[in-house]
Amino acid sequence: MSAVTLSGLSVTIDGHEILRPTDLTVESGEWVTVIGPNGAGKSTLLRAVGGLVRYAGAMTLFDRPAAGLKRRDRARLLATVPQTPAVPPGMAVLDYVLLGRTPYIPPLGRESPADLAAVEAVLARLDLAGFAGRRLESLSGGERQRVFLARALAQGATLLLLDEPTTALDIGHQQDVLELVDQLRRDRGLTVLSTMHDLSIAGEYADRMVLLAQGRVVATGPPRAVLTEALLGEHYRARVRVLDGAQGPLVVPIRPS
Amino acid sequence: MTATRPAGLRPRWLLAGVAAVLVAAFAGLAFGPVRLNPLAVGAQLFDLVPGVSVHSGLSEREAAIVTELRLPRVCLGLLVGAMLALAGGTYQGVFTNPLADPYLLGVAAGAGLGATVAFVLTHSFTATSAVPVAAFVGALGAVGLTYGLGGRYRTPATLVLAGVAVGSFLTAGQSFLQQRYVDTIREVYSWILGRLSTAGWHDVLLLLPYVVVAGTVIVAHGRALDVLSVGDEEARSLGAHPVRTRYLLIVAASLGTAAAVSVSGLIGFVGIIVPHTVRLLAGASYRVILPLSMLFGGAFLTLADLAGRTLLTPNEIPIGVVTAFFGAPFFILVLRTSRRLR
Repeated sequence: MSAVTLSGLSVTIDGHEILRPTDLTVESGEWVTVIGPNGAGKSTLLRAVGGLVRYAGAMTLFDRPAAGLKRRDRARLLATVPQTPAVPPGMAVLDYVLLGRTPYIPPLGRESPADLAAVEAVLARLDLAGFAGRRLESLSGGERQRVFLARALAQGATLLLLDEPTTALDIGHQQDVLELVDQLRRDRGLTVLSTMHDLSIAGEYADRMVLLAQGRVVATGPPRAVLTEALLGEHYRARVRVLDGAQGPLVVPIRPS
Repeated sequence: MTATRPAGLRPRWLLAGVAAVLVAAFAGLAFGPVRLNPLAVGAQLFDLVPGVSVHSGLSEREAAIVTELRLPRVCLGLLVGAMLALAGGTYQGVFTNPLADPYLLGVAAGAGLGATVAFVLTHSFTATSAVPVAAFVGALGAVGLTYGLGGRYRTPATLVLAGVAVGSFLTAGQSFLQQRYVDTIREVYSWILGRLSTAGWHDVLLLLPYVVVAGTVIVAHGRALDVLSVGDEEARSLGAHPVRTRYLLIVAASLGTAAAVSVSGLIGFVGIIVPHTVRLLAGASYRVILPLSMLFGGAFLTLADLAGRTLLTPNEIPIGVVTAFFGAPFFILVLRTSRRLR
């Protein structure tokens, strides 16, 4: 089964075509990472899949046409962790993660014991049980990122959209978060569609990569096929050396001489 | 884990709110420029309960002071305070702006213009029944104008900016009228400072349905407002409908505010101070803030009114002056001592 298929999907904002007609398929259980220079349309692609921006073209989610999906139904299928999630002042971690249960709670209703149990299970799984009563704004960057992930998991969706999940983190925490996502993906059969800036670490975790430049897909395939000196040199206008690593190609920037 | 529960109204806070309302209401009934025995007032109140007959020992005139002067005034204070505080908490939630207050969308300016027009047209120094109606129409007209001008773009910021522009325009119109018809200045001025002094059952019955409807609609949306606190885009990704929720709540809060302002004049500060005090003391969830703001808002305004009519007997201090005079230092105190801000 395909988690996502895009056929000729394009996004136009204020008269500018941010994303040119794009075809893309993400298989269920796959981790696909979208890379590309700033302004290439990576976040826009994710927002389109998340139903957060108007698009033209066709999309299916788990073989259902996305156009007919109600907002709540979509929220049960896919969960988004935006680049910089809002941190509501004064909100406890437990309440924040409970927001993830919104698609299961009637519009004027309240959380059921089942919702609470689902959230407690997620908190326990992410080693956040001890943080339940803490205010979100009092946590460190790495802890917060786990809480954002916990809210997405609480949605019970099998497709995770992660927009730059590691930007605010040091390399140790970057690895922690991505390892966690990978374990969850295996445990729960999740599909991951992410965007990333750090190319080496992106290549170590992704099954497949999509290189976007100026709103169009210029390369797609396993990391070794996309992370090449020629492609990166052309589309990032960067001088890099690509080394062979155990888990995937390692991209090292080289200062122009 | 079991020690941590989801945000919600805790019974002890609900009890505290109800107790505050009861204490404020009883104080408002028992004390005033005319000295009455509080115990006798209590007995007189019991006598009002159907099926109960108690002899309070109050004279007929004293009994009338309690049941016909003070009781409607206390009821009006509870309703106006509850409505203004609730509307303030609601605006702060829908605009995710801690400074939002019930007068943000031009409500006050519109009501002021409406009331001034009514004073001018009726040439009356005593409040007439036309004033609340005119104020209500003015307030609603202003809110409608604000939506018409700023709502089309559907962002909170444009709506607020349109509200500020509409408000300034209407205030200018109101000041112009006031200067042209100097003989109405006194009345208009006293109305602008807010008052419950003309309270009768008529005003209470006029306001009651608005408070009940707005209160029910808004309090039911407590969780929806909590979801809005992560911003529109994230709220949508969680399956919520932030724009729809926001507009419904703005309409409910504005209707209620217009009704409150039309009977009481412009009583500032309650809409900011009460919800923020509740937030600092009892929690940041709107499931807590909204119902508690109603209870404590009603109690606060009733006590402010009591202070206004007793401190300088036989003169009355305008209630808007009292709310700011006592409210501001109290709020600063809460702000400085609250753990939640650190």
